[in-house]
Amino acid sequence: MRVNNWKDKLITAVFWLSGLVIVGILAGIIGYVMVKGISSINLDFILEPPSKAGRAGGISTTIVSTLYLTVMSLLIAVPIGVGSSVYLEEYAHNKSKFARLVNLTSETLAGIPSIIYGLFGFVFFVIFLEMGWSILSGSMTLAIMILPTITRTAQEAILTVPHEYRENSLALGASKWQTIRKVILPSALPGIVTGIILSMGRAVGETAALILTAGSSLGMPLSPADPARTMAVHLYVLAMEGISMERAFGTAFLIVILIIIINYLANLSLKKLTHSMR
Amino acid sequence: MTNGIKMRSIDLEVFYQDFQALHGINMDIKENRVTALIGPSGCGKSTYLRTLNRLNELIEGTTIKGRVYLDDISIYEKDVDVVELRKRVGMVFQKPSVFPMTVYENVAYGPRIHGIKNKGQLDEIVEKSLRAANLWNEMGNRLNSPAARMSGGQQQRLVIARVLAVDPEVLLMDEPASALDPISTSKLEELIGELKKNYTIVIVTHNMQQAARVSDYTGFFLNGNLIEFNRTNEIFLNPVEKKTEDYITGRFG
Repeated sequence: MRVNNWKDKLITAVFWLSGLVIVGILAGIIGYVMVKGISSINLDFILEPPSKAGRAGGISTTIVSTLYLTVMSLLIAVPIGVGSSVYLEEYAHNKSKFARLVNLTSETLAGIPSIIYGLFGFVFFVIFLEMGWSILSGSMTLAIMILPTITRTAQEAILTVPHEYRENSLALGASKWQTIRKVILPSALPGIVTGIILSMGRAVGETAALILTAGSSLGMPLSPADPARTMAVHLYVLAMEGISMERAFGTAFLIVILIIIINYLANLSLKKLTHSMR
Repeated sequence: MTNGIKMRSIDLEVFYQDFQALHGINMDIKENRVTALIGPSGCGKSTYLRTLNRLNELIEGTTIKGRVYLDDISIYEKDVDVVELRKRVGMVFQKPSVFPMTVYENVAYGPRIHGIKNKGQLDEIVEKSLRAANLWNEMGNRLNSPAARMSGGQQQRLVIARVLAVDPEVLLMDEPASALDPISTSKLEELIGELKKNYTIVIVTHNMQQAARVSDYTGFFLNGNLIEFNRTNEIFLNPVEKKTEDYITGRFG
């Protein structure tokens, strides 16, 4: 009895410790970024455009570029991703070759490093389609990059919708499309939103693929044809070219804040979605 | 169709891939009567029920031979609109499955799908359907609460209200009480008795007392065959077939 008890305690301690390590790493990184970055944060840093290649001024244009690129890429990727997941789960026969091909493709796409998407985007969108370094090239490249995540999570979300909903809806005389639109997609929405949040995180943090496709102009992007530099790219340039470590940390600080805000808002809407009707 | 026959199946056979689930079923379903289908698990009674509004088609690899009539329409003809058929022949499933919406939205789901947009008209349908399903007194002042928070018995009556809202002529019920407690079950049976004034009802049940209590006609299925079909009294008091007698007296099943 005594020996067992002792072993159990040891194992509990090991698991507890590994949990502590995770929390420690996360708190350490965020804490470090905050401490180093907070000194350069003020209203001007957020609202002023950069000047002297980032040595002076703020980072307003990169914040706008980040949001611009993220929203554009979601506008492209969400309809395609959710659409293909609906096709795979609701329309395709399980054994259909095309469905297996789509599945395999999205799994493979998910594992490709982002720089390769960047290279493809550079050659295809920027040069071949002559779209240049622009919001459009960048967001299309980002869209391809996040498409697998959105598709897979939407697929899983649709899969968890009880089969009875479909039967009941069809038995009431609803068509397949009405069933999908009015019962299945609303029920799967929380899962779909989770996938979108994960993708937003990836899009906000992406650098390599965007340097190749959106460029690194510090100007304010107005039309989708304008080049743009996101916060993450700005951070990379500031640090790599030795422009200002302090400002690099300031930018990092704001990226962390942006991600926390996105997560918070998404969680809030998720709670509203799931708790109201279940 | 005359003589008060609402639905009729002629030489109906159903195959799931190679497995024959139903063998030449001939049955008349009388209008404004309750017809009970009884028999052991896997005997084909649920399969038969689902042929009446073509729900078996949702299962891949199903083939159907023979004919099923609703009034004068042969429902397996190519030009039959399945949506229209399912509107006229509603289905209540074994497990009450309310949609993750409010009580109101659940009931209004069907009418909305069939094109009713007017709020006043929808309100009217929702109230009428909930009253018909004996749910208005309990839920009338909680129309905007989530349906999933209701009790199992209430959910099953809500599902019935949702079907009634589409204004069907025939109600198919697949073991509607099997997930309910005794009190909810007796409420449901009471409801079935009231509904038959306006609807033709076909109910699959495992519970023979229930079949005897609620139905006017009873069909006994065994291994995909309809062994005996008659007035419920006759089936329970005077079965012609030995197998029927053995089943209802509890010798197997």
